[in-house]
Amino acid sequence: MSLVIAENLSKTYITGEIAIDALKGLSFEIEPASFISFVGPSGSGKTTLLNLIGCLDAPTSGTLKVSGADVSLLGRKSAADFRGKTIGFIFQDFNLLPVLTVYENVEYPLLMVQNAPAGERRSRVLSLLDSVGMAGQKDKYPDQISGGQKQRVAVARALVTKPKLVLADEPTANLDHKTAYMVIDIMKKMKDESGTTFIFSTHDQKVVGEAETIYTLEDGELAGRNSKGGNGHA
Amino acid sequence: MLNLFKIAIRNLMRYKRRTLLTASLIVVGVVFVLVFIAVSGSFKNMMVSQITDSFLGHIQIHKKGYVASIDTLPLTMNMGPQTLKKVEKAINDIPEIEASSMRIKFGGMLSNFVETTNVRLNGVYPEDEIMTVPLFPERIMRGDKTIRKGEILVPELLAKGMKIKVGDMIVIVATNKDGSVNGKQFKVGGILESATGPGGRDGYIHINDALEVLRMDRVEISEIALRLNNFANLENVHNKLNDILSKELNKEGKPAFEVHTWEKLSPFYNIARMIDIMTLSIKLMLIAIVLISIMNVMIMAVYERIREIGTIAAIGTLPGKILSMFVLEGFSLGVLGALIGNLIGVSVVYILNIAEITFNFGRQTGLVLSPTVSPADIAVISIMVIIVSVLASLQPAFKASRMEPIKALRHV
Ligand SMILES: Nc1ncnc2c1ncn2[C@@H]1O[C@H](COP(=O)(O)OP(=O)(O)OP(=O)(O)O)[C@@H](O)[C@H]1O
Ligand SMILES: [Mg+2]
Repeated sequence: MSLVIAENLSKTYITGEIAIDALKGLSFEIEPASFISFVGPSGSGKTTLLNLIGCLDAPTSGTLKVSGADVSLLGRKSAADFRGKTIGFIFQDFNLLPVLTVYENVEYPLLMVQNAPAGERRSRVLSLLDSVGMAGQKDKYPDQISGGQKQRVAVARALVTKPKLVLADEPTANLDHKTAYMVIDIMKKMKDESGTTFIFSTHDQKVVGEAETIYTLEDGELAGRNSKGGNGHA
Repeated sequence: MLNLFKIAIRNLMRYKRRTLLTASLIVVGVVFVLVFIAVSGSFKNMMVSQITDSFLGHIQIHKKGYVASIDTLPLTMNMGPQTLKKVEKAINDIPEIEASSMRIKFGGMLSNFVETTNVRLNGVYPEDEIMTVPLFPERIMRGDKTIRKGEILVPELLAKGMKIKVGDMIVIVATNKDGSVNGKQFKVGGILESATGPGGRDGYIHINDALEVLRMDRVEISEIALRLNNFANLENVHNKLNDILSKELNKEGKPAFEVHTWEKLSPFYNIARMIDIMTLSIKLMLIAIVLISIMNVMIMAVYERIREIGTIAAIGTLPGKILSMFVLEGFSLGVLGALIGNLIGVSVVYILNIAEITFNFGRQTGLVLSPTVSPADIAVISIMVIIVSVLASLQPAFKASRMEPIKALRHV
């Protein structure tokens, strides 16, 4: 079964008198263990779509199923619960907690969201830090490491709870080219290791090329779908 | 190890100067309250003991209605031997009563053969009186520190006005219950310093002399003053005594006795009350200081960390956890302030004790202030500060916990 199923998904923002149709009836399906990118010009609706899939916002109409659950109906607390169990997040600005060390930042979701036992936390955090190549810096604070390193820590944090899906809105926008590739490579490697689906949005044409499937958004509509593998072409 | 508490502490450490500033505000408040409680408490205790221990006693028992007509010192409202037995039994039944003194009070004329004036007199058993009001001997300014048969302690102001000296002879004339007048010569045994409050300017003679002047063939008593072994039991003993004595009825079927604590007998109770009210207002001020400073700092903390709140909320941290994260921060700040405040407060009180500050009360001079803080005071203040800190952080913390993750994440 598909991991994400969107049917006729729409989102309209209403600010005062003005209504903005940010998403206009999108339908698509995303399979487990895939590496997906949404591209499109600024204002095309990438962030809006990722927020919907991430259960951070509710669609105006249409249905959206993530991991079998109809997430358009979730309340505030159950949405938080669902995110904590099913989805990992990577942010454009890294968003590590400044008062926590690298190790503690990665440990945070296991402890504060999932209440995992200490032994399990330790081995999980250390192995992920190792995978993203940050084990040597585990006791540093976020302001003591570089942007690329921060994003690698963020990748580890997103994966530590073994989510089915990791969402990354412009994860490389604040990184230089070389570092951006490195982060995308790590994400890809982690996808291969863990079988977690990654969905990321980006402006960067070169980085886009790393994705298995590329969806193009234009003005709130799906304008194209390109697959590298045997998934067929749009 | 990572936990909510640790995150709260680290966040406090993050803004060291602000945390320190807020904590010092609380510290100053706590120190102020502690020192005030200690000093005013010590002043109050000293004042109360000056009153109760120099003439009033802690509790007094009279025949019903006596206190209302105490200005005329009526001999018709005395307690006879039969009645006294009941009271004595009640007193003996209460172990918290340390001493009691029976007094016969009457008004008379005092003449030094040159001038005559009226005087209020107490006939007492000297040993009992001194046991019940232990500061009494200190009031005897000149002469022996006791009351002998045939001698009178003349109140200071009378002695001054009539130029009476120790060793002079004077005459006391009084009207007895039957209306006949009788007189008796006394040697002035001592001059009695005035004490503040009603009854503080009375003269004293031995009870047997009083019975003789009043031509009583049996002991009649106007007033019984009591001293407790522990002043803190005042209310308790008063209630007990009231319970026992209110069962004793007079011929009209009404209660035969009235029992009063010093509070009902001395106007200084109102000053003591004022001190209590001031203490309370200062505590309220402390509450306001803690409330405002913690709330202010927590509102700022929430505002500064909106993106962090958005991040942890997006990751799936439940609202309750976000709430406790911030409440714990306010709590820790309160604990810090209370802790340091109590330490400094206790030190200041200790220093005040060493400094031996003296003050005057009424005619008593050079009373040494001995402020004390009880563990109960410290506990009450600490708990108060901590509870208020938690309450003050609840609103900002609640706001943080209710934030929409996407809005919070977009915040710059
Ligand atoms: N909270 C909001 N309120 C009102 N309009 C919004 C809101 N968020 C987004 N929009 C509008 O919806 C449309 C899609 O915005 P969105 O942020 O999803 O685009 P995007 O593809 O992520 O753009 P960018 O590449 O600049 O991040 C835009 O027209 C935007 O102005
Ligand atoms: Mg965007």
